[in-house]
Amino acid sequence: MAKKILVVDDSAVIRQVQETVLRNAGYEVISANGGQEALAKLVTNTVSLILTDLNMPGVDGVSLIKQVRAGGTHRMTPIVMVTTESKDTKKQEGKAAGATAWVVKPFTPEQLLGVVKRIIG
Amino acid sequence: MAGNEQLAALFREEASEHLAELETTLLELEQHPRDPDLISQAFRSLHTIKGSGAMAGYDDIAHVAHEVESVFAQIRQNKLDVTTAIVALTLEVKDLIRTMLDPAASDWQALRDRLIAAFHAISEGNEHAEAAPVVAGVASAECEKTTRAVRIDWTLRPDFLQNGSNALGVLSELRDMGRCEIRTNLSALPLLSDLDPELCYLSFEIVLETAKADNDIRDVFIFVEDRSEVRISTVNRPTAAAPGAAAASKVSSPATASSEAAAPPEAAGKARTKTKATEGESSIRVSASKLDSLVDLVGELVIAQARLSELASNRADEQLFSIAEDIGRLSAELRDNTLDIRMVPIGTTFVRFRRLVHDLSVELGKDIQLQTDGAETELDKTVIERLFDPLVHLIRNSCDHGIESPEARRSHGKSPGGTVRLSAYHSGPNVYVEIRDDGAGLDPAAIRRKAVASGLLDENAQVSEQDLFKLIFLPGFSTAKTVSNVSGRGVGMDVVKRSVEALRGQIALTSELGKGTTIRLQLPLTLAIIDGLLVAVSDARFVLPMSLVEECIELTELDIERSHNNQLANVRGELVPYVRLRDLFGSAGKRPPIEQIAITTVEGKRYGFVVDGVVGQHQTVIKSLGRMYQGTRGLSGATILGDGTLALIVDVPALLGSLQQAA
Repeated sequence: MAKKILVVDDSAVIRQVQETVLRNAGYEVISANGGQEALAKLVTNTVSLILTDLNMPGVDGVSLIKQVRAGGTHRMTPIVMVTTESKDTKKQEGKAAGATAWVVKPFTPEQLLGVVKRIIG
Repeated sequence: MAGNEQLAALFREEASEHLAELETTLLELEQHPRDPDLISQAFRSLHTIKGSGAMAGYDDIAHVAHEVESVFAQIRQNKLDVTTAIVALTLEVKDLIRTMLDPAASDWQALRDRLIAAFHAISEGNEHAEAAPVVAGVASAECEKTTRAVRIDWTLRPDFLQNGSNALGVLSELRDMGRCEIRTNLSALPLLSDLDPELCYLSFEIVLETAKADNDIRDVFIFVEDRSEVRISTVNRPTAAAPGAAAASKVSSPATASSEAAAPPEAAGKARTKTKATEGESSIRVSASKLDSLVDLVGELVIAQARLSELASNRADEQLFSIAEDIGRLSAELRDNTLDIRMVPIGTTFVRFRRLVHDLSVELGKDIQLQTDGAETELDKTVIERLFDPLVHLIRNSCDHGIESPEARRSHGKSPGGTVRLSAYHSGPNVYVEIRDDGAGLDPAAIRRKAVASGLLDENAQVSEQDLFKLIFLPGFSTAKTVSNVSGRGVGMDVVKRSVEALRGQIALTSELGKGTTIRLQLPLTLAIIDGLLVAVSDARFVLPMSLVEECIELTELDIERSHNNQLANVRGELVPYVRLRDLFGSAGKRPPIEQIAITTVEGKRYGFVVDGVVGQHQTVIKSLGRMYQGTRGLSGATILGDGTLALIVDVPALLGSLQQAA
């Protein structure tokens, strides 16, 4: 069975790109437009990996990571932050919250898949 | 990527919304220049436009948005105040982006350049005022251009897995940086009963030969450094240029790789070690023959110990029994340790294949990548040495016949570059080595035609695909349309099969037309000792390799009558042919009324060997038969049992081969 990935981003463009790349690589993809929706989707779905943007209105990426790590089915699920900031501060913040890796936007399909495959194969 | 135009349309729509939002935010911000929520909101709008713009192919817009975003990032960090000038400029940018979104619009370049310059000036000007000391460790990194060996000690904390981290991912990233030898330290691994599956008990010793700077190596660990301890130290190999320096051998002090200590890659390059760079710890080179005789001696010891145990268990002597037990435990440990000395990681040969594949892809004009997996899998040194030639054959075959030319691949909708994947892994008492290519695969029809043409197969014969594939292991059988100097002409596969079987291994092939071929070699961990099933036929004892035995069932007179004496046993509905070891080896005596059949599996086929009785499992130290009996068909060696008698080790695949030939 295909591994399921949750894509979280407030930008429909980014979601679309990630969904296409991941689906073409044989993953099953569900998406959410923000942290709130993501948390809701995680209640009814079990995923192998979460890809999340950091800067989002409402529940942002870092709080999403914190809430996922706080407990529940997905507390040990790999979370990859997808961010435009290559700055260390943001990276550190996400990492401290419990992120597993990060991808810098803009990314090529190969870069995205490289990170995803490295983590969940 | 899917529908670029569709994506662009999606972006235009999304960007318009964000621009509208940005405008409102900016106007409010003018009223409340210090409101953090408003600042974040503006930042986020720009950030999204930048990120999705770059993904949708609007690089110009992404660039502009980036410059403005940098300014707002500083504002957000309280390094800069919102001024009316900034708001005005940002509004201008907003209008500019809206213009740029219209594919028909033109002559916005000048305005764009002016605005970029303006924002650049603001952020730069501010940046210079306070943030200079960033570029500390860069200069020293320049000397790291050439390949050097780095030792990395990586200890995972128990909670390593809790944030979804995958140690394998980190290791494979390291492997991408250069030649990499990884040893897993399992010493902290508790008993299964004490093991918490959510915790991690591993640590790794890694020797990496890379041209990358220490900081690049640390970057690999950036996400795991909080949950593990990373120590990186440089190991310099003695070079021919500085032979005398080797005397001052020492390993540089390990530097901790925490991100705060973005320490410059310390000038530890001067430290030297006397041994090969790939050996992190001290080691001694010993000639292989010394090891061989050690293994022999240990073998003798194990046999003597078995005799002692048997003697002790037959006497009611408490003291003798306890000594025998101690010796039993010690000799088992000694045996395992000794055999372990002979184990070397298969990765050493993998490295040589990299070059082979590279050369072959040049020679054949194909784009072939060799991927390796499980380089750390350990195998007996002799097995690895004798495996080298067969593997060369198989890899050549994959490159030459398997992988198609780039044009052919493209026309079949595959990526122009082919992949040959070489992987090794442990499973039970065996090691598996797999060569998998994503090439053309074997064509069963072509093999069939060839087999019919050469008289091996009747034209109307019903043969399964799997059986057809087996034909390619016959001497002289090749379906290659042209003969190249890379794979020669059909020699090879039969030789490969024989070499693998000589190592008491098995070879299996699966292939899918158009998708690729996988060849799997099953090999014993070691050549010196096998796990055997000891069986009895009259007075004689035989050992069947346990790895081949699937189960044992009874054979009664009634069963024989039922099958009309045609030597087929009914094993839960499946008919399995059998043969009596008694007949094969001409044993004297009468067979008992109830016999046992040991069912073996060779190359996926089941075959039974009928014996008088099954004695039990036996750790078999293999002794060669000596020059006189070397090459006796069906026997691969002998072993000495606890009571001092001999047992012959049955070479099951060879025996079946000769039986099939006879039939």
